[in-house]
Amino acid sequence: METIQSPESPKLTSKDLVTDQEVRWCPGCGDYSILKQVQTVVPELDIPRENLVFISGIGCSSRFPYYMETFGMHSIHGRATAIASGLKGARPDLSVWIISGDGDSLSIGGNHFIHLLRRNFNVNLLMFNNEIYGLTKGQYSPTSEEGKITKSTPMGSVDHPFNPIALALGAEGSFIARSMDRDPVHLKDMLRRANAHTGTSFVEIYQNCNVFNDGTFEIFTEKSSKKEQTIFVENGKPLVYGQNADKGIKLDGFTPVIVNLAEGHSANDLWIHDEKDLVKAGILSRFFERPAEGSGHLPRPFGVFYENNRSCYEVGLNQQVEEAIAKKGKGNLDALLSGRETWEIK
Amino acid sequence: MEQNNQVIDNVIIKFAGDSGDGMQLTGTQFTNTAALFGNDLSTFPDFPAEIRAPQGTIPGVSGYQLHFGSVSIFTPGDECDVLVAMNAAALKANMRFLKKGGTIIANTDGFDPKNLRLANYADGANPILDGSLEGYRLVTMDVTKMTRSALSESGLGIKEIDRAKNMFVLGFLYWMYNRDMGATEKFLTEKFGKKPDILDANLKVLRSGYNFGETSEAAATRYTVNPAPMPAGVYRNIMGNQATALGLIAASQKCGLDMFLGSYPITPATDILHELAKYKNFGVRTYQAEDEIAAICSAIGASFGGKLAVTTSSGPGIALKTEAMGLALMLELPLVIVNVQRGGPSTGLPTKTEQSDLFQAIYGRNGEAPIPVIAARSAADCFDTVFEACRLALEFMTPVIFLSDGYIANGSEPWRFPKADQLKEIKVNFTTENNNDGKYLPYKRDEKLSRPWAIPGTKGLEHRIGGLEKQHETGNISYDPENHEFMVKMRAAKVAKIADFVPNQTLDNGAEKGKLLILGWGSTYGPIKGAVIEARKKGYDVSHAHIRHLFPFPKNLGEMIKNFDQVLIPEMNTGQLLSIVRDKFLVDAIGLNKVKGMPFATGEILTKIEELLK
Repeated sequence: METIQSPESPKLTSKDLVTDQEVRWCPGCGDYSILKQVQTVVPELDIPRENLVFISGIGCSSRFPYYMETFGMHSIHGRATAIASGLKGARPDLSVWIISGDGDSLSIGGNHFIHLLRRNFNVNLLMFNNEIYGLTKGQYSPTSEEGKITKSTPMGSVDHPFNPIALALGAEGSFIARSMDRDPVHLKDMLRRANAHTGTSFVEIYQNCNVFNDGTFEIFTEKSSKKEQTIFVENGKPLVYGQNADKGIKLDGFTPVIVNLAEGHSANDLWIHDEKDLVKAGILSRFFERPAEGSGHLPRPFGVFYENNRSCYEVGLNQQVEEAIAKKGKGNLDALLSGRETWEIK
Repeated sequence: MEQNNQVIDNVIIKFAGDSGDGMQLTGTQFTNTAALFGNDLSTFPDFPAEIRAPQGTIPGVSGYQLHFGSVSIFTPGDECDVLVAMNAAALKANMRFLKKGGTIIANTDGFDPKNLRLANYADGANPILDGSLEGYRLVTMDVTKMTRSALSESGLGIKEIDRAKNMFVLGFLYWMYNRDMGATEKFLTEKFGKKPDILDANLKVLRSGYNFGETSEAAATRYTVNPAPMPAGVYRNIMGNQATALGLIAASQKCGLDMFLGSYPITPATDILHELAKYKNFGVRTYQAEDEIAAICSAIGASFGGKLAVTTSSGPGIALKTEAMGLALMLELPLVIVNVQRGGPSTGLPTKTEQSDLFQAIYGRNGEAPIPVIAARSAADCFDTVFEACRLALEFMTPVIFLSDGYIANGSEPWRFPKADQLKEIKVNFTTENNNDGKYLPYKRDEKLSRPWAIPGTKGLEHRIGGLEKQHETGNISYDPENHEFMVKMRAAKVAKIADFVPNQTLDNGAEKGKLLILGWGSTYGPIKGAVIEARKKGYDVSHAHIRHLFPFPKNLGEMIKNFDQVLIPEMNTGQLLSIVRDKFLVDAIGLNKVKGMPFATGEILTKIEELLK
């Protein structure tokens, strides 16, 4: 979503966004970092505090609005996207942020999630993905890996998980990015990018649930493995990763291939990331192998997978109202009530 | 030949044909003409559930009943005087609704062997030839043949020619009831102005039908139905769903807030969405959501943003919205929820009428979840009642359920519409100043127990609201047991207090004390009114009260009821208001219940009155 400028307001600080409510996530929860990065980035955006609205559904992440000193609504499970759609349609002047989780967005709220992306309301959707149901104390989620052993699946889950990035691409998302709670610099950058985009900005944030699913993203977030297991993509730059930036991704036709830069491959031969390329974004979204499934697998991408600019729903909705007024004039209630044919009884 | 001209005070015509025969259009044209002439009237369409059921079959029959007269008309009528049957299936499906000795106008072409077979008549049987309709007045005409010959030189194809058949019937009926065809000619001219050959064909067939009446011996009698004595004023004809849409727009204009409608198509509520989508120049934003839940949730979002928020649906859709209705009441945001009831449960009878969602409206949510409920009693009354729903929602910061049903939603009646400046203003005051020394208190109560409405964009009043139990005044999350009980009672008291701000219950007819009170709600108004008038003419001591405010009830309702020896509650359900009234007032009220997907006949209610008072 793009920045709404307000020259008169005094500069906000992070502190201005902190409420008097005690933050009640479990100690060590990844949500703390996300809250901090949001409270750090938002003041940079020059949006008057009263024009900010945070809307959430249900789940651990959804307590978020209570900790933001802005307008906010903690709604019902899965529906934050639908509520935010109505709010943005009715009030295009507001900066609307949706806070959701993998259960909230992809399970109970899956329908609204895809339709929000399709309609492309100019809002930001931050989906905290911890691959588990935390608030209900540990059941597998639609992003949990197959065979996940939880309280509701003692013999392992049978379900195949969603790939949220691929799902968002399939739903015609116009801005699709991934970040993580443990990389504040990158997360802040993604939040700024999300805000700068006009349209629905979807940011999947890997978030550690240290109580019910501790360490599920460790391989991507820990220093020891991060460089080998992840690739941070940037527009116009080649796909390079590895402990010593010694590995790259090349496209062989439509197939991504890992190459060793030390073995004579030049960075010029590599796949150059292009955020506007939907086909390549589709391939990149499929870098989704489970790290535990053996070596030689593709690294997990972080960054902006895809961005394009297309019209936003609320613009069209409000334009039609303006057009109707321009064409027919402002509605006349008496004319409306009398309709086309009347008769008089004397 | 000599033709009789009889003056009669009312007549009920049922137009019936295949769903492709244009019976709805024929019916509405006759209706408009009768309305412009000054008759009182009431109509009821009877659509098949399928869009295009197999041609010629009984499930494919579409009907339109019109009751018009020189006297006051309250219902579309129980049994019809005249049945127009475009084919055998239309006759078979509707014979049981025709009065003994009534008139049948039959299109002979629709009674060929194929049509008779499709209508499941026995081999060799043909009702219009075999004398089985003895005792009825049968008028037969080969509409298809006469339409085709009228247009033999039009250059149109057979398919297009046959499409004008309904105009022949309409023209014939205009002749039979001494009607001017000007309004229909004007309508056709507007509709087919850009297709002169089709326009000419329709006009020509319409006149051929009229002339056929004049020259043939098909019907020996013409009828005159004089204008009805109605209160002076300017009238129009209106259907319930249309009146609902106009009432919402009027409320939006009178409260000064643009309207946001979140809706998902569902029979029989969809026409409200269609209607509102036409009026964007009134600042109306219509949003066709991905499902019923998103429809209400988008409206909640718009309400949070400071708009007049509305969602429209029918029973199954309301079921899906239930959780969000609870959220709206917990947030205490204004929202109008329209339920155009249909036959249930589950998918039930989508195109048929019923009043079986009253329990759902009053009780159908988790937790202690009071939401005001009001119901319209007729097509035109939808306007006033939905306007009242908007007023309550905005003045009390609450969701309000407005109940209509398929009968009045699609039925029509003359409406003496108000002038815009006669409509009451609805006061909306957005809060812009802090109501506290410290932090703004979003749930601080006023004398109505309503809360302030500070919308996003209001500097200094940033606050959070949510579905979790909230602390009194601050709105912060609270699990305190004392606070929870306090808030449950507070929300109930706030809704109960609405009774202080709505009119007392009045009697529609009869004395304030007596032997029998008929208590009704919703669309049973017409049949009850007609029955009570009849019964009183016959000398029975019976009164009629019709409830608009179903939750909370008007404050004097209990006392009113206790002034009668007996209370009869007719409902198109198995006794929902009955159960509530018995529960609330400890009276031994009696139910008269019908769950057939059809409105009550006046006669059914009259019979019950006579049974109780004999």
